[in-house]
Amino acid sequence: MINKFVSSVAEALEGIADGSVVLVGGFGEVGQPLALIDGLIEQGARELILVHNNAGVGQLGLARLLALGRVRKVICSFPRSSGSIVFQQLYKERKVELELVPQGTLAERIRAAGAGIAGFYTATAAGTQLGERKETREFDGRSCVLETALRGDVALVEAWSADRWGNLNYKESGRNFNPVMATAAKLTVVQAQHMVELGQMDPEGIVTPGIFVNRVVHIPNGIPTVP
Amino acid sequence: MMTERAPVDPHPLTSKEMATRVAVDIPEGWYVNLGIGIPTLIADQMPSDREVIFHSENGILGMGPVPRPELVDPWLINAGKQHITLRAGGSFFHHAESFAMIRGGHLDLSVLGAFEVAENGDVANWATLEKDTALGVGGAMDLATGAKRLWIVMEHTTKDGRPRLVRRCSYPLTALGTVKRVYTNLAVLEVVPQGFAVTEMIPGMTLDSLQSRTEAKLVPPS
Repeated sequence: MINKFVSSVAEALEGIADGSVVLVGGFGEVGQPLALIDGLIEQGARELILVHNNAGVGQLGLARLLALGRVRKVICSFPRSSGSIVFQQLYKERKVELELVPQGTLAERIRAAGAGIAGFYTATAAGTQLGERKETREFDGRSCVLETALRGDVALVEAWSADRWGNLNYKESGRNFNPVMATAAKLTVVQAQHMVELGQMDPEGIVTPGIFVNRVVHIPNGIPTVP
Repeated sequence: MMTERAPVDPHPLTSKEMATRVAVDIPEGWYVNLGIGIPTLIADQMPSDREVIFHSENGILGMGPVPRPELVDPWLINAGKQHITLRAGGSFFHHAESFAMIRGGHLDLSVLGAFEVAENGDVANWATLEKDTALGVGGAMDLATGAKRLWIVMEHTTKDGRPRLVRRCSYPLTALGTVKRVYTNLAVLEVVPQGFAVTEMIPGMTLDSLQSRTEAKLVPPS
């Protein structure tokens, strides 16, 4: 019997190696896998490359992972949300690298990785500072830059409901990067608010089919909060 | 003896008045993304009988107004991280699909704020000139490049009076040649091959006075 549910966060995160590329879902306080992020802090992996829309706010969650010196590089679109104090300080001290990527390009690079596409051309960032040193080609008279797939070793995802096959759905704006990241890592780990019986989810409403999911841990997380 | 009538003293538009002015030009049926700042105010200035569908980068079409505090839904935020509502007919989708809507030219309009707009339609709105600070771009480049049309709403000059409508941008560019129209607190201008064509000025404003606040050469109304 297939059962992707594991009984603890520690079990869900077992085997994450130093130097891993970690995709972390969420946008703002909604859809962030907070229990898995705390679990990663406990788990101890170092030299991580963190892929997330932002670079942590406040002192907890991703900001704490950064503050502990566990992240070598952040790949994100917006590291200057109000409260991104930890990242900004580390950046100033040159203790963390930053790869700044336009938000849509970030999402598409992750999508490409999950879909087995090595790279794509986009007009976004062509001719700008973020398009510098990138291969450029004209399509229909429009300058485009080559962007490459961004694959994770691990994806940390927050879902609304999950069944034992790893089928997932999401709640409202909690969807954001989560389903995209779920497709793009060697190991996709999910924290789900609700654990449901196989067959209970409407097949039409499954957003992430279980093929993309390796491990699920049930975390009745309550309402989204800023970590 | 007749007294000469004093010319009307020009009153620059407030942020809300600028938003109201932009709203007038958005027709029913358009799919629109509003950037952070003054553009966000446009949604509240739309007449309630006009169906315009607002998009948010984090996977929402059919975004509605900010709810009263007791009706906040914690799972429903927009790209500015504000709590919002969803209108009947609204939908949710993931980030890659959201930006496919933007990059794929499905949005009728993107309205953004800016530091500078150049007469060739270049726009600079993401990077300040601060040192030792990690810059953020968010979805600005995708929105400025991908939508069917890009309108900018911004103050005509900086706080210390420097023009924002320039020959060439001095700030790092967001997108090249994509601005179609600019709404400022003093005027409405179209980007045309000859430069900025003035289509509207606030009462009391003269072309000379507007030109003195603009680095780029203005094309007079035809």
